[in-house]
Amino acid sequence: MVARKEIADHLHSARFFVVAALLTVTGVAAVYAAGGRIRDVASQATDDPSLFLKLFTVAIENTPFAFVNFVALIGPLLGIAFGFDAVSSERAQRTLPRLLAQPIHRDDVVNGKFAAGLAVIGMLLTALMLLVAAVGVVRLGIVPRAEDVGRMLVYLVVSIVYIGVWLAFALMLSILLQRAATAALTAIGTWLVLSLLAALIVQMVAGMFAEPGGVENAGLQQALGRASPAIVYEEVTAALLTPELRTLGVIMPEQAFRAVPGQLPLGQSLLLVWPQLAGLVALAAVVFAVAYIAFLRQEVRV
Amino acid sequence: MDAPVISIEGLTKRYGQVEAVRELDLEVRRGEVFGLLGPNGAGKTTTILTLLGLSEPTSGTVRVLGLDPAREAAKVKRQVGYVPDAVGFYPNLTARQNLRYTARLNGIADAEDRIAELLEQVGLAHAADRRAGAYSRGMLQRLGIADALVKSPSVMILDEPTIAIDPDGVRQVLALIRELRDQHQMTVLLSSHLLYQVQEVCDRVGIFVRGRLVAVGSVEELARRLADGRTVLEVGVAGDADAAARRLAELDGVKDVDREGDLLLAVCEDEARGRIAGALTGAGHTLLHLRQRSSHLDEIYHRYFHEQN
Ligand SMILES: Nc1ncnc2c1ncn2[C@@H]1O[C@H](COP(=O)(O)OP(=O)(O)OP(=O)(O)O)[C@@H](O)[C@H]1O
Ligand SMILES: [Mg+2]
Repeated sequence: MVARKEIADHLHSARFFVVAALLTVTGVAAVYAAGGRIRDVASQATDDPSLFLKLFTVAIENTPFAFVNFVALIGPLLGIAFGFDAVSSERAQRTLPRLLAQPIHRDDVVNGKFAAGLAVIGMLLTALMLLVAAVGVVRLGIVPRAEDVGRMLVYLVVSIVYIGVWLAFALMLSILLQRAATAALTAIGTWLVLSLLAALIVQMVAGMFAEPGGVENAGLQQALGRASPAIVYEEVTAALLTPELRTLGVIMPEQAFRAVPGQLPLGQSLLLVWPQLAGLVALAAVVFAVAYIAFLRQEVRV
Repeated sequence: MDAPVISIEGLTKRYGQVEAVRELDLEVRRGEVFGLLGPNGAGKTTTILTLLGLSEPTSGTVRVLGLDPAREAAKVKRQVGYVPDAVGFYPNLTARQNLRYTARLNGIADAEDRIAELLEQVGLAHAADRRAGAYSRGMLQRLGIADALVKSPSVMILDEPTIAIDPDGVRQVLALIRELRDQHQMTVLLSSHLLYQVQEVCDRVGIFVRGRLVAVGSVEELARRLADGRTVLEVGVAGDADAAARRLAELDGVKDVDREGDLLLAVCEDEARGRIAGALTGAGHTLLHLRQRSSHLDEIYHRYFHEQN
């Protein structure tokens, strides 16, 4: 019941239109630009079976940005946008005591708000993927194989889970902090640290403990990186959308040299990212649980 | 005798060092209008919040309709309508849409007629389809009352129900409260510091000062208890006040007569009240003013309040 109203609210809000417009423009632009380069790739390797997935992973000319990077970057912001004022806005409008005086459980309010946010984000992301796929099919004339579609679907689900982590985090802040502005700043600050600066920080810390360039350092970097959901998410998407990727561990040049080039089937890729995926789901659950418990224990004066 | 609708035993609520409510015992009976009266910060809102499970008591027990609001929240809230003191609505929805949402949260499928009727009752029919964001504070408060009634509750809890409403509106709201009690057998608990306003609708009042309930009873009871069997009457006459004062002092049962500006204050036994007007007019005085002072809630309240200090 709460979720239904929240979804309706989201769909009518200015925020929704801004976010949707932003996503459409940048998403399509990314793919359009990538499309040009894929032609080059395609002309070289016409027998590459996963050409369609390249649509999402090939970077725009002169930038490090591919569609996946773009989702990895914008996704958390999406989660934050639909969560940072979920509960504090009820406080600001003084509707919370009235809402909680109705015969619903307090959990229904948090659950409803989380579900609504996730549903709207899922809708947006699905629409975006379809749009991008459509652009790809039309412009490049590549039809995805069943395997590609499967990978895209898994990618979509993983992305929604990842954004769910951020939605839960923003929701938690909206419960713990009285003011929406403070919550938004805190969430964006965390996002900056965990996604943009994480690689840098990890490099620095690893450099302090192990010789840069060595196996040990690389291993350390990877271990540290797994503390950031952003880096974990990148690993997972890379494995999902790049079937050539055979391991997430550290690969030494001599190992790579002996490797037989080939592609993993979807099942194998999934096996590869299984622990990371479970980690993301667990993280979303933990953050949500904290938000949930905080809300249940809170006194509601306004 | 019916079990009380609301019963509070030994309720204490502490915020750090501050004791907002101390050892409160209170019972509200079925079908009565009970007024919780007290100055700002007395602990009225805090008490109400614990009745709805919105705040947890530090100690003591609270029962509403025999249920513990902290543990059986949904059951309590199905039957209790609550109007918070600064009630708010979703500004982007119209008044009607806001009430519709409340109805849905209460599992009421078709509430259109009821909503229209309630909006009519609180005098908002003309603004029913305006956005709540464009409502004035008093209008919001009226809408709050309609909102609490959507679920057809058996108990209404109103926190400062008249605070932002204009005088005509106050009369309407008080009439509505009376109607809820008389025609729908509702139990009403309201809090206020506007004594004049709520005095006439309250069957019983509780006077609340700094977290303590210092007196409970009907307005008349409290007056009698304070006056100790005596009453102070304010008397105003046209013309010779001194002569009137002498006439009053001669009367049986009148203990003392004081002057306060133009008014005479006659301290008399309760049974002597009926003779005063007759005695004065009989002696040729024109009676302009006659009022029983100590039964006035404001004074009761002030006297209890000062006793505490
Ligand atoms: N969250 C809080 N933290 C600390 N003290 C609080 C808190 N909420 C209320 N108090 C204190 O509790 C006391 C009672 O407050 P309460 O709101 O119940 O008063 P009230 O009788 O409703 O007053 P008013 O007429 O102003 O509405 C006050 O002294 C207030 O300062
Ligand atoms: Mg109050």
